[in-house]
Amino acid sequence: MDWGGRGESVMGDPRPPRAEGDTLPAMDSDEELLRRLRAGDERGFVDLVERHNGAMLRLALSFVPSRAVAEEVVQDTWLAALRGLGAFEGRSSLKTWLFTILVNRARTTGVREARSVPIADAGPVVDASRFGPDGGWAVPPEHWIEEAENRIDAVKLSELLRVLLDTLPARQREVVLLRDVEELTSADVCEVLAISEANQRVLLHRGRARLRQALESELGGAPR
Amino acid sequence: MRIRFPRLRARSRQPELVCQQVVELVTDYLEGALSDADRQRFDRHLAGCPHCTEYLAQMRETIRLAGRVAPEDLTPAMRTDLTDLYRRWQAEG
Repeated sequence: MDWGGRGESVMGDPRPPRAEGDTLPAMDSDEELLRRLRAGDERGFVDLVERHNGAMLRLALSFVPSRAVAEEVVQDTWLAALRGLGAFEGRSSLKTWLFTILVNRARTTGVREARSVPIADAGPVVDASRFGPDGGWAVPPEHWIEEAENRIDAVKLSELLRVLLDTLPARQREVVLLRDVEELTSADVCEVLAISEANQRVLLHRGRARLRQALESELGGAPR
Repeated sequence: MRIRFPRLRARSRQPELVCQQVVELVTDYLEGALSDADRQRFDRHLAGCPHCTEYLAQMRETIRLAGRVAPEDLTPAMRTDLTDLYRRWQAEG
């Protein structure tokens, strides 16, 4: 692996060592990389790609059915970003701006509509059978936090989360991805996906609840 | 024959939340989207309900775990493709 997540650049970088005084890519802000990019520095672009491409690919995969199409969408997005560089004013973060372009591109491929027919998902987020007639827990949440924090290898846990995220309905996944994985603000999520605050909150609620349930099923104790 | 109970709470505050309602309000609670009155009802419920407290803790843990899912690495092929793309863009003038 050449780079870890969350902006830390690690081992195996095939590029030549940097000149002295040059900062590591992880240390440069997006603003600094943009400045270098605007000054015609190819390395500035590659560093931006290193930082954001993985997240963009993951988001694209949420919209289109195949990896090949997702990679195309991501490449289109980078090209659109380069061409629109002059128009980027820094009102939103660079990441939010890139995601907004990406979602527009992904949606215009029109593939998703064919793939996912909207499914009414309006029931309670926790199965009604888990509550008694008085609305209190009859089958309370099984404990699993300790399991997740102490007994499971972080890499395995991360892999599990990745798999579980994929099982969410697309619209819930997009919101959870942007909000909880990419850690955008709710305002930015609304902007990227062009949805209302209320809609965002409903999708987030359903997505998180499903994810929690899936974690409980995977990691929880006694069988129900 | 139906027995009607007197409405003991009719003039006091809103009825307390039950667990099944609490789980539906968790996101609004975490997002700070509840009214003051509802947030207080939520907190009052939590104070007396270990299961809902656990549920809320699991929700926070779910969010925390999601935040640790790293994006996949940039493959050499992608890096090459994107470097080419950059050079084509530069050539556009």
